Amino acid sequence: MSEHHVDNTGSKFGMWLFLYSELMLFGGLFVLYAAYYYQYTTFFISGGKQLDLFLGTMNTVILLLSSFTVACSIEAMRKNSKKLVLLLLGLTVFFGILFLCNKYIEWNHKFQHGIYPGSAYMEQSAKGLVIFFGLYFTMTGLHALHLLIGLIVIGVCFFLCWSDRINAKDFITLDNSGLYWHLIDVIWIFLFPLFYLIL
Amino acid sequence: MENTSHEHTLSYKGLSFILFLLLVLTGITVAISRVDLGIFRIWAALAIASLKAAFVLLFFMHIIQAGKRVTITFITTILILAMFIGFTFFDIAYR
Amino acid sequence: MSEEPSFYQTPSSNRLKGIWAWLLTTDHKRIGIMYLLVIMLWFSIGIVLGILIRTNLMFVNPKLMEAQTYNALFTLHGVIMIFLFIIPAIPSIFGNFLLPIQIGADDVFFPKLNLLSWYLYIAGGILAIVSLFLKGIPDTGWTFYVPFSINTQTGVTLSVFAVFILGISSMITGLNFITTIHRMRKDDMGWMQLPLFTWSIYATSWVQLLATPIVGVTLLVVIFERLFGVGLFDPSKGGDPLLYQHLFWMYSHPAVYIMILPAMGIISEIFPVFARKSIFGYKAIVASSMAIAIVGSLVWAHHMFVSGMSDVAVLVFSLLTFLVAIPSAIKVFNWVSTLYKGSIYVAPPLLFALCFVFLFCVGGFTGLIQGAAGPNVHIHDTHFIVGHFHFVMFGGTGFAFLAGLHFWWPKFFGRMYNFKAAYTGTILLTVGFIMHYMPMFILGLKGMPRRYYTYLPELQPMNFFAGIGAYIMVGGLVVVLINLLASFRRKESVPADPWGGTTLEWYVPSPPPLKNFVHEPVVNSYPYDFPKKFHEMKSSGNSANKGV
Repeated sequence: MSEHHVDNTGSKFGMWLFLYSELMLFGGLFVLYAAYYYQYTTFFISGGKQLDLFLGTMNTVILLLSSFTVACSIEAMRKNSKKLVLLLLGLTVFFGILFLCNKYIEWNHKFQHGIYPGSAYMEQSAKGLVIFFGLYFTMTGLHALHLLIGLIVIGVCFFLCWSDRINAKDFITLDNSGLYWHLIDVIWIFLFPLFYLIL
Repeated sequence: MENTSHEHTLSYKGLSFILFLLLVLTGITVAISRVDLGIFRIWAALAIASLKAAFVLLFFMHIIQAGKRVTITFITTILILAMFIGFTFFDIAYR
Repeated sequence: MSEEPSFYQTPSSNRLKGIWAWLLTTDHKRIGIMYLLVIMLWFSIGIVLGILIRTNLMFVNPKLMEAQTYNALFTLHGVIMIFLFIIPAIPSIFGNFLLPIQIGADDVFFPKLNLLSWYLYIAGGILAIVSLFLKGIPDTGWTFYVPFSINTQTGVTLSVFAVFILGISSMITGLNFITTIHRMRKDDMGWMQLPLFTWSIYATSWVQLLATPIVGVTLLVVIFERLFGVGLFDPSKGGDPLLYQHLFWMYSHPAVYIMILPAMGIISEIFPVFARKSIFGYKAIVASSMAIAIVGSLVWAHHMFVSGMSDVAVLVFSLLTFLVAIPSAIKVFNWVSTLYKGSIYVAPPLLFALCFVFLFCVGGFTGLIQGAAGPNVHIHDTHFIVGHFHFVMFGGTGFAFLAGLHFWWPKFFGRMYNFKAAYTGTILLTVGFIMHYMPMFILGLKGMPRRYYTYLPELQPMNFFAGIGAYIMVGGLVVVLINLLASFRRKESVPADPWGGTTLEWYVPSPPPLKNFVHEPVVNSYPYDFPKKFHEMKSSGNSANKGV
């Protein structure tokens, strides 16, 4: 059955369909965000002020850069410059890890201040704040999980390119993995203002 | 619109320009959050985020080149999500 | 007929032998049969649980089980029947087996993904079972409403995770079918040449793809709540339990259409074949399928009229609910009109389909009663609701499932069942069904709540009567299923087209060969061209058609 038809347009369409389902997955949480923002606007504002704007902005820049490197790697693949592809994918993985490190620092900081779900400090806080941080941890946590999966996917692509199993003639795997990575970026583009910029 | 239509994607230069725009927009959205816009605060932030997302979709993800089928279904998905959020407000906003 | 070996004799890869030829297959037909096997197993378990519940309710002071056991049983019955039987049944079995053949393809677009989604289905099922033994059977009902589901000590976490896995399986199947329909149709098959079953699977797949992730993330949040106490749904921490209901029904109401749309597709295939007449209003049926998929996704809050939602929302969602009745009614109108002046042959599939139309109409009309905001207050959470959704789900989807099973059984296995036993079983099933579920409407109006293990003494006669109906119904079901299984003992094989159908699956041998088609399939410019079929059969001297 190895002679299965090659239909890149179809595989890509399938990938887009998968992205739609990912959008809806986060969409459920956006419904929650919208409803609770409406209910607890003032608490959301005071919660947003407690987040680290610098780290948040840094992470936004990092993710945009990583999206750029992925887009370029596909362009490089089209031009058949393998070394450049590997360099760009490596950079992407680097940016991804950097993002997760930042996230770790940020969460760790919050934990030290007793801000985490179910903590004694949160028990005493206003309900609106509990909800804000509940959403913050759930949404950025789910996003970080996706980014981790994305890292693995891009990592696998790196080795497939390295061993020439992804090449200039057949790089649909890289193309689709890139789409996934960009989607993670798009979701962060919305998460960033919703949490960090509600000042 | 089949497999060979990749010629319309951007060069490194073009991609760099888009990156530049995205970074500028990030700067703007951070700056604007310092200004008290009242209830427009969230809408301004969302508008800029949507613009950024559109850039990523159009120039990094090449949504147009992926064909009409993708464009239409993508917009439908977004509309359905918007309706899910909007219709929930029939309850929340009037409770 | 050519002597091409059937897919049962040819594994999808030559390296696969014995049981592995099944477990590692990428052949959509084998995967469909594997689904059939497992789904029927779950269906049987669900039936046993159901009859236990009804036996318990036949008497006011039941001795059969404790209240807690009763709660566990109805939860289990609901979870199994909804998530393990009725949601996957038609798309996964018939969709897998028939959809590629109906569009002239040799497999689905992502064959490996297809196998993966079978394994996810199995994993979800096993996980559901494991959760029972680990922490006790959940007692929340299949809806897992918060805050009870975050507080109860029973094994909700694992069950909810099982449902999450089943959701992914369902979503992947949908993704696969959409891509298959878009990319693997025969080149000359336009959208208006698609068979109606394929159309209905297409509409269903979109709902599966877009609505399932919502319940997925909602259930994830429930798990987070139970593990970390985040508080998003916990009113004591500022959460809003109503939002859980919103999110849950955002999927679970469209899920109702995941169940009924493919069922409607099966019925739309059966009517023209046994009326020997083109389907009435092909385009109207297509349009109504899509309309049901879209509007049906926007009516979720009609499950929440008495939950404390705003009055505006009640008004809006009540209106939208009434709107869904229109495309559903269009379909019923079209099926009945197809029979008009047709040359009707009431074979078992059509008998099932006719019962479907009747039962589905009762279910639909009672649905409107609940959709109206006023009466809803009176009948909410009573047996009226139980009666209604069993009419739609079992009388609708369940009967369509059985109709499809009888319609395509010869295609699946190359054997024909006994007609007389099928008729007897169908009639027993239908009579038992009506005796069983009709009283529930009256019980509900009299105020008997659902999910209670006991009731007021004056309601006993009717509950007893309903219980007898349940036994007749299950008896009919047993006759029907044993009759199907008995067909394996028959020796004579079935021709490619035992009914005189016009869609592509009737042009391939029964059972089909590995690559589905012996000759390159020819696409009709209209999928239900019966005059053309009649001429074909006349010229080829194919007299196998029992109905002609």
